[in-house]
Parts: sequence; structure tokens; C-alpha cells
Amino acid sequence: MYLRSDERGPAVSRRLALRLALFGGFAVALFAVLFLRLWLLQVLDGEKYLAEAKNNRTRSFLTSAPRGKILDRNGKVLVANRTSLALQVNPRKLPEDPAERHAELSRLADLTHSSLKRVRRTMHEELKLAPAAPVTLRRDVGHYLVYYLQENQDRFPGVEVQRVFVRAYPDGTLAAHVLGTVGEINEEELKDPRYKGLRPGDEIGQEGAEDTYDRYLRGRPGLTRIQVDALGEPTPNGRLVSKPPTPGDNLKLSIEKEVQEAGEAGLAAKGLPGAFITMDVHTGEILGLGSFPTFEPSLFTRPLTQVQVNETYNNPSAPLTDRAIAGLYPTGSTFKLITAMAALESGVLTPSRSIYDGGAFTVGGESFQNAGGASYGSLTLVPALQVSDDVFFYTLGYEMWDTGQLQHWAHALGIGRPTGIDLPGAVEGLLPTKKWRDELAAEGLAEGRPWSAGDNIQLATGQGDLQTNPLQMAIAYATVANGGAVVTPHVGKEVTDAAGRVLKEFAPPPRRHVKMNPANRDVILEGLHEAAQTPGGTSYEVFGGFPIPVAGKTGTAQRDGHADQSWYIVLAPYPNPKIVTAVTIEEGGFGAESAAPVALDILEAYFHKHATASAGPNGGSPG
Amino acid sequence: MYATRARRARPEPFAVHPGIAERLGLPYMDGTLAVSAAALVAFSVFTLAQATKQDVPGSPYYYVDRQAIYGVLGIVAMYLLTRIDYSRFRELRVGIYTFLCLSISLVFVFGFAARGSRRSFELPFFSFQPSELGKVLLVLALAGFVIDGARNGSEWQRTVRYLCLGLFPAALVFLQPDLGTALVYGAITLAVMYVGGVRWTHFAVIGAAFVAMTVAVLVVAPAVGTPVLKGYQEQRLTSFLHPSADPSDAGYQQNQAKIAIGSGEKTGRGDRATQTRLNFVPERHTDFIFAVIGERYGFIGAALVLSLYALLIWRALRIVTLSKNSYGTLVAGGIAGMLLFQVFVNVGMNLGIMPITGIPLPLMSYGGSSVLATFVAVGVLQSIHMQARLSQKGRFAW
Repeated sequence: MYLRSDERGPAVSRRLALRLALFGGFAVALFAVLFLRLWLLQVLDGEKYLAEAKNNRTRSFLTSAPRGKILDRNGKVLVANRTSLALQVNPRKLPEDPAERHAELSRLADLTHSSLKRVRRTMHEELKLAPAAPVTLRRDVGHYLVYYLQENQDRFPGVEVQRVFVRAYPDGTLAAHVLGTVGEINEEELKDPRYKGLRPGDEIGQEGAEDTYDRYLRGRPGLTRIQVDALGEPTPNGRLVSKPPTPGDNLKLSIEKEVQEAGEAGLAAKGLPGAFITMDVHTGEILGLGSFPTFEPSLFTRPLTQVQVNETYNNPSAPLTDRAIAGLYPTGSTFKLITAMAALESGVLTPSRSIYDGGAFTVGGESFQNAGGASYGSLTLVPALQVSDDVFFYTLGYEMWDTGQLQHWAHALGIGRPTGIDLPGAVEGLLPTKKWRDELAAEGLAEGRPWSAGDNIQLATGQGDLQTNPLQMAIAYATVANGGAVVTPHVGKEVTDAAGRVLKEFAPPPRRHVKMNPANRDVILEGLHEAAQTPGGTSYEVFGGFPIPVAGKTGTAQRDGHADQSWYIVLAPYPNPKIVTAVTIEEGGFGAESAAPVALDILEAYFHKHATASAGPNGGSPG
Repeated sequence: MYATRARRARPEPFAVHPGIAERLGLPYMDGTLAVSAAALVAFSVFTLAQATKQDVPGSPYYYVDRQAIYGVLGIVAMYLLTRIDYSRFRELRVGIYTFLCLSISLVFVFGFAARGSRRSFELPFFSFQPSELGKVLLVLALAGFVIDGARNGSEWQRTVRYLCLGLFPAALVFLQPDLGTALVYGAITLAVMYVGGVRWTHFAVIGAAFVAMTVAVLVVAPAVGTPVLKGYQEQRLTSFLHPSADPSDAGYQQNQAKIAIGSGEKTGRGDRATQTRLNFVPERHTDFIFAVIGERYGFIGAALVLSLYALLIWRALRIVTLSKNSYGTLVAGGIAGMLLFQVFVNVGMNLGIMPITGIPLPLMSYGGSSVLATFVAVGVLQSIHMQARLSQKGRFAW
């Protein structure tokens, strides 16, 4: 370093001079490193870092959209929304100290009536799906809890309360099985292309119409892009883009609230497990569909307590099962409509043919008794249906035992096959055939017994191996009533926007057409009408006084290990039915005893509504 | 200044009636050193004024006001020290050293705990961190011991003695725990020993021992289950080797600082700065203030600040050569080493080439203890400079 002569200090030793020169050189080298690094970052790579910085400071927030309402066919609200408060934990803002974190989560678990283990598991699972995003611990927390948290904010860092939409069910359990539930999307569903674009924590329909029509009901979340600081906190005036959420469209069901209420009230009054369905015979629109016992759909808007889990999932009477579409029952005498149609169409029977009933039908040493030990003597089809004579139909079953005609017609009318209903969970059931039993027998199953006349005799009266449910039976009756169109049952009617404009109508065409002789249809319906409304008919005591002519059939099905199951299926009005109603009650006894009165309640509600509203906008029911 | 006495002949510095400048000793001070130090603290106040408006709700100038006061107090302290003959400190070396160790130790008893470490006393007007002033005290005491013991014992004994004297307070600071300041103490010790003429072979042994210790602390100790460093300290030390996306991670902070500086490009983003304005960079008013400068004022601003530091350190090294006695040489060398180490480690940490050690940037980082201590150091340099000038002129000021 150059020094002017007058500035020069005391002579610096050569050794020290060398050391100082090295010191200076070292300093120069260090500064050179800093300058070069600065040059590299700011001048050479500046653009890259600027882009990173810009990317850094914005966050997109999706604001959840309310789901569409679900309405009955006349616009009465079945499912709406309410806003509720959800408790969320922002993992980034929880205390870093493990002990404090533990203590806070314990306090939260207490507050939410949960356990620390469950809270940790929820957080672990949600964070796996969406790292660093707030985790919803509990939906629908009460205001008292919110106030408590606000007053004790210091003790709960990272806990936030969010406003969310929650399903509201103004009529409680009404139509629970039809409506279904909503719940958070799970890991598997996220991979389903049906739910493309959804994110963890989003709600989707899980059962019923909520599931089937999810894509209409589910709204599109709003997008807000805001400028945030490093903690993800919005900065003042930092809103960049905002797209409001689009609420889901409303779904109008074909359900008629009055019919639904009558059916459910009727079943509940019996207090036994059972189901009913009321359907338009021409369009397949379902006016009412219920299953008992039922459940509170609102339960699923918040985490279930253990008691609730036991009452719903682990309950032996299976309240979540929709018995109308997922039941598997023999039908008893209600099957005779199918036997009669098969016999008439295949020429085994004519309307004028008489069959002698001596009280029992014996074949191969096996004797099949009339119900109640009755004996009606010589009968044609109409009186046989009127009194539900078993020997008459045993005879028909025997005469068709290896021709497959009974199975052909039952299959054609929809027994033991998919129905195409727009509700998840429907089962196919089982129509026993010769081929089916012979194959099982060959494998040594089903007692190793091949198909016999007895099997067909049983089937002719809706017994034996037959497994079906009110939905399939209603379709079979509707097909006969409408002259051969196998309707597609459905609860979805139309999708409307918030202003009530119809966006989409659901009118699925019949699944197939069955050719049948109209005269055969007429004679069968006449028999059912006599059964319901002439003295001596099986359900005359129930429907004898009903002012509207109907055609109805009782059924008393024997189930192993159970008391008799009560069935009733009725077409109304006779002779040109508009609707079919099928009711079954497990262990309900004779058909006329418990199922028929429920059917009567439903028809009363339906005709009361349509007598008073026949001039109204919805009075013109199809038909 | 002389204009008022224009009718008189231009006074010589040796005039019997000295002028005001003469009285104040201004001609004997290192003007460049004083101006660069003052410019750095002024730049700090300017930067804080723009970058920390929203930091303390309700008082946008919280940091600005305080830093300005510390700056003014620092300049006053620097001036007062200029007028004291630094050689007195050599005589007081034992007292200074005792005070240094005691003040650091007392923090353990009366100290104010912040974020898990006790470093400072909570005084009514500000919290005083003795380990900051201790940096200068260590230089003054250690240089005294080196001069004093120059003829006692073998070279090895002396080397070990210096090391022990330097590393004892370093260990105290490390236990606070304050790893960064402890490292500064180590750097000061090495700088004083280096200027004091400790043999190269000794440095080689010290260097080897240091490498062995680093390996032991970072690799062996955790492996056998007796970690010496706290988890966050180790994480910080090694984080610059692996940037991370986890915001709670030290590597993330460093990466954000790097992005901040890079995004400043040539001319800076001014108030459109986001990285340092929106909290992506932590500790923006203290350890990461260089990132704020880099983002707001770009290469121009950051290079200006670096140049001021280069100027400061050049002047310090120059004073090493000017000193009238060996004590001054050692003290100036120690201070130069201290400044160089702090600037390089802090700026290097901001630029992502050095680990995060919590060392403030002298005069720029917000904080009374650090600003005052640095001005005290500069004041000592000024004193050495003044004494050298006065001795050249054959005259001592009072």
C-alpha cells in the first residue's frame, strides 16, 4: 500500500509487512467472491429469481360453492344448505415446540369431543393429501365454541374458523334413502375421472341422488388469487383476481312429498323393517320410495360419534340399506301376476279354463297346500286371482316346470336383472331357473338337488329361491299395466338453475318392450281388481271402501328363520292405471294385514293431492 | 470553517492558537473511515425506513427512530474514543478482560431470554447485549496480553495461552447460546494472533484441530448420541448445502433470501419488492438486511454497500501499518479481522454461500448493541490513527 512519506508510521518489520500483505490479499479475495456472487445472482440470473419471486407471492384460494337444492316434483324443498362454521387447524402456525403442539392438540381434541389420536390421524391423512393446507377438524361447530376460541386465541395458535356450507334437511329423515348423503371425497374417489379437478376436502354426494346427480348439484368453486406473505396470510389490498363461486344447479326429483310422507308414516307406524315404492307406470318416474328403519342424513354433515356409528353402520336392522331397491325377498302371491301372464301368453292357460282346487296339489309324493287350508273347488283365472288360490297357480307352475316359460316371462318383466334405476346400491336379485339350479347341483351346491317340478311350483307362487324387491315387482306390474313397456325407474326429473330455468330433463326411455296380448292384460287386471274391491277378495277389507277403483294383489311370503313377510302391490286407477305402489313389510304377516294398509295410505295421499290439484299446474300427471 | 478568520494568515496545525477543527482533532482523524462508517449507518436507516413500515403496527418508524438514535450515539462514542489514547487500554487489559467475561456470565443470571437464548440485559431504554461490545473488549484485552507476554514462555506456550484467553469468552458466548458471536470471537483471536506473529506451523495445527472438531461436532457427536450443537444450529450450519421448500426450514429462509437478492436485478424493485416486504425473508431488519438492499436497490445498491465495507476494511488495514506502536498494530489488526469476518459471513449467508450463523451485518443490521460496538471499534481505530498522526508531528494532544 502506497504511503506518502510524511504519513509513514514506524518502520514495519518485513515479517509483519508480509503478513499484512497476505491479510490484504485475503480481504480482496473475499470481497471478490462476494461481488462475483452478487453479479451472478442479480445480473446473470436475475430474471430467473424475479420470476420465482413473482410466483412466490400469490396464492390461489378456492372458495367452496354451495351444492344445489333438491326439490320434490312440485318444487318443495327436500334438501337445502345452511352456512356453518368449521374448525380448521393451520399446521404452519401451530407451535414448533413438540410439547406445546401436543398440549394444544389435546385441548382441541377435548373441545371437539374427539381424541388426540383421532385429531392426529385426521391431520396426518389430510396433510398427506394436501401438504401445509389447513385441516378441517370438525364441521358445524357451535357458536359457543367459536366465542371460546376467540377469547382464548393465545392458547390456540393456528386454529381458524371457516364458514362452510352444510346440507340442511328441513324434513329430517324424509326420503333419506332417495336423497342420500354428502361427504368428503376420499383418496380413491380423487383418482376417479368422474371427480376430476376436485381437491381433498371437497364434498361430493356419497349415496342416493346426491351421488347420481353429483355433477349437477356440485357447484364450481370460486377462485381468488391474492397476494400473500410468507405465512400465506393475505396482505392488505392484496386481492388480484376474484371469480365468485358458482352454486350447483337445483335438482328436481319426481318424488311427490305427500306420497313420500304417507308411505314413510305408514311404514313407521308398523314399526317393522319394510319398504315401499310408488311409480308412474308409464314413465317410470318414482313418486315415492322409502325404507324403514331409516336414518338422519344430517348425521353425515359432521363426524359421527361412536354411538352414532353403532346406530347406523353396526345396527342389525341396517337403517342405511334401502330395502326398496336392495332388499332380497321372496314375494309370495304378488308373483301370481307374472305366473298368470306367462301361462296365458304361452297358451298353458286361457281365461276360461277351469282348474279344480281340492285344497292341495300333489306331485311326486310332495304335497303343496293352499294357504290357510282353504279349498275353493273349480276356478277360472279371475276368481283364482281374487281369492289368491294357490292350487290354481301350483298347477300352472307344474305345467310349465321344464318349459322355461315362467322364467322367460319373469325375466322379460324384469325380475332378477338390473333395472337401470338412478340410485346407487340397487341389487339384481335372483330368478331361479332350471339352468341355474342344475349348474349349482353339478357343483354340489344348493343341496346338490337339480331342478324339479317343486321348484317351479314354488316360484309360481313367489316362493322358493326367488329373491327380488319392491322395485323389480313394481316394474313388472307397471309393464303389465301399461301394455308391455319395461319402464326405466328414476327419481331425477329435471335440473334447474337458480332462476328456475330447466337446464336438463330426465326422461329415460323404456329399457325394452314386451309383446303381450291386451286381452290377457285386461283379464289379469280384472282379477286383481276383484281381489281388491269385491267382497271375498283378498284385500277387500282394506280397499273395499276406497272410492277409486284399483287392482291390487296381496302376498304373504315365507322366509326361512322369519315370520311371514307381508306384500301388497296395487295399480291405480283401474282399469287404466297411472301408478303402481308396492309395499313389503318384513315379518308383517298376511299381505292384507300390514302391507295393504300402507299402500292404502299412499293411494289416499296421492289421489287426495291429485283430486285437489287436478286443475293445478302439476295436475296433469302423464298417462 | 476558516472563513471566519480569513484576515489572518492560513494557520498552521502547530499554531499557538489552534482553530476549531484543530481543537476537535479533525485533521488527525481518518475522514474516509468516519465517512464510510457514517454512510453505512445512514444507508441502514434509509433502508429500514422503506422496508419496515408495516412491521410494528401503529409505529411505522419504530426501527428507523431507534436505529437513527443508535447511529448518532455511535458516532458520538466514536468521536469520544478518538480523543482517548488507546494505549491506556493496554494497561487496563486485565480489567477489561475480567469485565468482558463477567458481563457475558451475568447474562446467564440476569439476562433476558429471547427465543430460547439469553444474550442481553433488559435496560429501560434498550436491551444491551454485552457480547457485542465484548468483541471490541476482546480485541483490546487480547492484544494487550500478546504484547505483555511476548517474552514469556516458549512459542507453543504462548500460542496455547492466546488461544485459551480468546476461546474462553467465546465458549461463554457459545453457551448462551450464540454460535455466531462465538465464531466472531474465534476470528478475532486468530486475527490478533496472526498479526502478533504466531508461527504458520501453529496455525496449520490449529486449522487441522478445527477441521477435526467440526467433523466431531457435526458427524461424530450426533452419531454417538451426545450432540454439542442444538438441532436448529446444526440445521442452519448445513442448510446452505441443501435448499429446502419447507418454510419452517433454515434452507428455505436462505433460498428466499437468495431469490430476494436475485430478483432485485440491476436496479432493484423498490417498493414493488415482494420477497422482503411480504415476509418471505425472515429477520429482514437484522441478519437478512442485505437481502432487503439487494431486492430494493438491486446490484447498484448492494454493490455500493459492499464497496463501503471494502473501504472501511481497507482503512482499518491501513491503520494497522500506521500505528505508532505494536499494541495499536495488534488492535487494528484484530478489528480489521473482526469486521472482515462479520461482513463476509453475513453477506455470504444472504447470498447463499455461507451457513446461517446469526451474525449481524456491522452498522447495517438493526440493533443498538451491534451498532454501538462497531462504532466503538471504529473509534479505537480513529484513536490509533490520531495517535500515529500526532506522534509524527512530534506532538501529543492532551
